[in-house]
Amino acid sequence: MSVTSGPAEAIPAAEVEDVELYHPRSWLTKYVFCQDAKVIGVQYALTAIAIGLVALVLSWLMRLQLGFPGTFSFISPEAYLQFITMHGMIMVIYLLTALFLGGFGNYLIPLMLGARDMVFPYVNMLSYWVYLLAVLVLVASFFVPGGPTGAGWTLYPPQAILSGTPGGQDWGIILMLASLILFIIGFTMGGLNYVVTVLQARTRGMTLMRMPLTVWGIFTATVMALLAFPALFVSAVMLLLDRLLGTSFFMPALAEMGQQLQYDGGSPILFQHLFWFFGHPEVYIVALPAFGIVSDLISTHARRNIFGYRMMVWAIVAIGALSFVVWAHHMYVSGMHPWFGFFFATTTLIIAIPTAIKVYNWLLTLWRGDIHLTVPMLFALAFIVTFVNGGLTGLFLGNVVVDVPLSDTMFVVAHFHMVMGVAPIFVIFGGIYHWYPKITGRMLNEAMGRIHFWVSFLGAYMIFFPMHYLGLLGVPRRYFEIGEMAFVPPSAATLNAFISIVALIVGAAQILFLFNLAWSLRHGRPAGGNPWRATTLEWQTPQTPPGHGNWGRELPVVYRWAYDYNVPGADQDFIPQNQPSPGRASPEAAA
Amino acid sequence: MEGITQARPMEAISRFQGWCGVVADWSSDQRAFKNVSWGKAMMWIFLLSDTFVFGCFLLSYMTVRMSTIVPWPNPSEVFALHIGGQDVPLILIAIMTFILISSSGTMAMAVNFAYRRDRVRTAAMMLATAAFGAAFVGMQAFEWTKLIQEGVRPWENPWGAPQFGSSFFMITGFHGTHVTIGVIFLLIIARKVWRGDFDTERRGFFTSRKGRYEIVEITGLYWHFVDLVWVFIFALFYLW
Repeated sequence: MSVTSGPAEAIPAAEVEDVELYHPRSWLTKYVFCQDAKVIGVQYALTAIAIGLVALVLSWLMRLQLGFPGTFSFISPEAYLQFITMHGMIMVIYLLTALFLGGFGNYLIPLMLGARDMVFPYVNMLSYWVYLLAVLVLVASFFVPGGPTGAGWTLYPPQAILSGTPGGQDWGIILMLASLILFIIGFTMGGLNYVVTVLQARTRGMTLMRMPLTVWGIFTATVMALLAFPALFVSAVMLLLDRLLGTSFFMPALAEMGQQLQYDGGSPILFQHLFWFFGHPEVYIVALPAFGIVSDLISTHARRNIFGYRMMVWAIVAIGALSFVVWAHHMYVSGMHPWFGFFFATTTLIIAIPTAIKVYNWLLTLWRGDIHLTVPMLFALAFIVTFVNGGLTGLFLGNVVVDVPLSDTMFVVAHFHMVMGVAPIFVIFGGIYHWYPKITGRMLNEAMGRIHFWVSFLGAYMIFFPMHYLGLLGVPRRYFEIGEMAFVPPSAATLNAFISIVALIVGAAQILFLFNLAWSLRHGRPAGGNPWRATTLEWQTPQTPPGHGNWGRELPVVYRWAYDYNVPGADQDFIPQNQPSPGRASPEAAA
Repeated sequence: MEGITQARPMEAISRFQGWCGVVADWSSDQRAFKNVSWGKAMMWIFLLSDTFVFGCFLLSYMTVRMSTIVPWPNPSEVFALHIGGQDVPLILIAIMTFILISSSGTMAMAVNFAYRRDRVRTAAMMLATAAFGAAFVGMQAFEWTKLIQEGVRPWENPWGAPQFGSSFFMITGFHGTHVTIGVIFLLIIARKVWRGDFDTERRGFFTSRKGRYEIVEITGLYWHFVDLVWVFIFALFYLW
């Protein structure tokens, strides 16, 4: 059985009748309360980018404090803790998760599968509006008495709801938890749609093993999210009850400022287990869509079929499954039994195998390819390098004996920023540069794109490589200032100042990117239907940008996998998925 | 002995081919699950996700029950009713469980009548199911009232570990919310069935899509799930 089975295969009959679409009757239902997955995707993406900007500004403020301690009087220790908490939570949940699954997922899944829309567009629309509500509740916490929570993005009790933590006995933690609960409800509505669309609403000829890897990545990540977010939901509900009703799920008997609190007998470790049962799959919820998108970018821009497609699919599925049995490697210093440490270290290291398969397959796809160093390709290559670098320090931290001394140091911060901060963000940028022409009909400005890339790429390394070194020195994370610690040499302060200056410059480059997004909307070069000469279905739509319902009267029929680049004997260097024979252009592609 | 070692490679090959066939079926054209509609697939996947929610709640309850150092109140004494001069342990819970399980029976009958397009009987059975569900929630409200009057609070109770009240109100409250949502859902669908929406292909108010009698079965999936969860809550909270 071959994935590239040719035109001899008969076209299967349609199994599902064509979907009934809701046709917008006014401007309001067309652009605001819109049921079209493409518009919802763009709404998700713009909201995520907007809240991401807040997190970017917060990271500037943190770096100002760390680089030049004592200079900025408006940054108090409490404010600093609030900055790190909100920066982390926004980036991980409200930016990365929402942008990959809500943004790319909504836009690409129906288009790449040859569907007209998600299976339940109305529920899909609700998903966005609940997400927006979650974001607004989160933003509201900046304006309430006491400010947002400063508990750290992991929100560990007991400190998260005590008066010593900013927002702990004020509104901050309540709004944070309420926002998370809303986010999970909103995500579930969207996530069910993505999963059912992939499983049950593909066009004729689109078997699962012909789907682009982008869809595989988003699909697997969504399934994981539907199984992992419940743990966060439950821990958020219980922590909220502890804070509001005075229950003791997570709270042991403890004294605060000489006063015995009424809490008694709860288990703080339980929260850590629940949180990380969500938290570790969350890493891969962000990484798997990135894996998928980067596979498609590399294949398209290197004009070469993806190496080992089936292995790539199985690696995605295997990583998704394994990531549910590694969560306690975040808890080696929590006083766990060493046998558990041994188990979780082993499972953690096993994940390196499918991940390495993916990295080798990307390299073998590039090998002897016709590499076009376009901006999306640059970001895709940067992802591979950064992910490998970040992943290698993951092997350090996955081992109990190495992790224990490195825990809560800047080494950990550098590791996870490389592997799940910078690397997926590069893929988001690459994806936006790649699909912007389809969304708007115009290319993004190339010169601005290259400046954005090189500043971001080199800057990220100048920020996070030295940070590993700070961690090895023993500089702790989350500290307002280092002060005078015997084991930290004074030169660490110089290094911190250097990192801060680079971080400000890299942040400014992101403003250039946003300017590019706005500027190219009117002044970009017209793109045409398929500027990258790509094979996947979203580039074969009759209109660009695609209209409501995506495909004109007839749904496309798929004859081949998504990676027919440079096929010998074909008359162009790519064969779209909906083209029956290698030589003859399909009517859709010609139009 | 030799025969066995020779047979093994062949067996392994045929088993591998068997798995290849499984994968090919699952990844086949257009739909992974043939003859499963979008709505039904979506409900099943939602229930899988919801299973994880209840699973986490129950595991958390078991963890705090084991980690607290104060003795746990005895459920068969706490949940006893004083009837006819003596304490009958768990009598209310037994009746509640019986009612909820019975409601699954009427729900199954509603699904059957729906596929026969028997408008009146379907609606009647759904209303009966909703009535059972409402009775369940009502008895739960009675149970909550009784315990609150006896001094049980989420943060304390007269008999032992404070986590008893916390877990009780949280888990039964979350399950009761599910039942309540199910009752509302049943009433809405029963009204649509009664009005004949699925015969006249009337479009939904929000989604502007035509409904089908299958929605009765999808509602039933949710209802049976809520019943099944109750069995676990009953076993792990009341019987342990």
